[in-house]
Amino acid sequence: MKLELTPEQSQWQEQFDAFVDEHIVPLADRNDREERIHPDMLKSMIDAGYLGSMLPKNYGGMGLDNVTCGILNEEIGRGCSSARSLLTVHGMVSLAILRWGTEQQRNQWLPQLASGGVLAAFGLTEPGAGSDAKSIETTAVLDGDEYVLTGTKKWITVAQIANLFLIFAKCNGKPAAFLVERERPGLTVSPMFGLLGARGSMIAEVVMTECRIPKQNLLGQVGMGLTHIALPCLDYGRYTIACGCVGLAQACLEAAVEYGSTRIQFGRPLRDNQLIQKMVSEMAVQVKAARLLCYKAGYLRDIGDPDSIMETWTAKYFASTMLGKIVGDTVQIHGANGCHDGYPVERYFRDAKINEIIEGTTQMHEMLIAEQEFVTGRRTVQPKSETVYS
Amino acid sequence: MMEENKVKIKKFLSRFFRKHELADDEDIFALGFVNSLFAMQLVMFLEKEFAVTIDSKDMDLDNFRTINRMAALIEEKTVVDQQL
Repeated sequence: MKLELTPEQSQWQEQFDAFVDEHIVPLADRNDREERIHPDMLKSMIDAGYLGSMLPKNYGGMGLDNVTCGILNEEIGRGCSSARSLLTVHGMVSLAILRWGTEQQRNQWLPQLASGGVLAAFGLTEPGAGSDAKSIETTAVLDGDEYVLTGTKKWITVAQIANLFLIFAKCNGKPAAFLVERERPGLTVSPMFGLLGARGSMIAEVVMTECRIPKQNLLGQVGMGLTHIALPCLDYGRYTIACGCVGLAQACLEAAVEYGSTRIQFGRPLRDNQLIQKMVSEMAVQVKAARLLCYKAGYLRDIGDPDSIMETWTAKYFASTMLGKIVGDTVQIHGANGCHDGYPVERYFRDAKINEIIEGTTQMHEMLIAEQEFVTGRRTVQPKSETVYS
Repeated sequence: MMEENKVKIKKFLSRFFRKHELADDEDIFALGFVNSLFAMQLVMFLEKEFAVTIDSKDMDLDNFRTINRMAALIEEKTVVDQQL
């Protein structure tokens, strides 16, 4: 076991860190206020190649390993949760096409996705189907050489600007995934505003009214849409969100340390107060622990280990829940200043909560992690024999 | 080779069917422990352990129903890979 980044990974980390400070942090509050990803920020991410971070080089991607991809999402998450959301969903769709696309689909879409010429959105959630993804009501009916899609998708991240949607629908009662171009007649996108956090995620409702697509736009086979397409997409999404939580928690820690060092009360900096020190030390430990869980998940993903799936659930659960505590303490340390948008911690507080909902709520994680333990962790334990004293 | 592969598959499956001795021709879906997470893990395991790629056309439940059928799929894919 070797618990350290490779020289290449460390180099990437430095590059991502500098990029975020230069291009992401300065526009993050504006993204939040204007409820959009600022075009300059998007352009800088595209120019840096980050939209192809998860794709191999032969399709124009960066060919990063999963640990490095995780570091990128951590750093972007440190700066702006909305930008990290864009990277997440774009990657989910890109990887689904890479894994299950036909040669024609891969050649058509992956270079454009890697270059940022096409932005992708993931269309699974519906007004009546969130955690219960099996209950989606969107339908796909094969009519000659076309599928006809009808239904409504809701809370779809970056749908306001996406060119390509990965839409999940039921075809003869079986789940299936379809690539749907934005300009297809019958597809309408209605922007949604007023999110609590990650307000620049440019979410929208996507309505398909007898939207016709060529039957070649089916991704994979009918029947494998949820288990083998949506779930691996969500697995990648969960991984990047976990990493993004580490980044946001790191931003909280840095803000708490800075404020605690400079804010004077009772004639001395807050940092001299042992109750403040306790909060900061807990933050530091929790961030380190969450980061290690993410590195482990990333490593297991890189070697294709099936345990990576549960380790990703674990990392996302730990990272998103520890973030809730850390961001609360950060606001607490900032006092009134933490409750006002004059300081970014107010945004961090709202952004953090979103991470406990998306790609599986905290409670879904608790149910699934426990279930897995009950299934795989069972060992026959003999009760202690009664001791008989004479 | 086929028998060795069956042993490896059985060992992996035993993590999920701890209290049950799986027979090579036993339908794992009929046992009721299978969920979508398991299905994902199973595909990842087969790809990593046997260095094969499971394609869209292989995604037929029948290919994964028993240890025998999984071993047959692996053998078929290994032969194809060697021919390429």
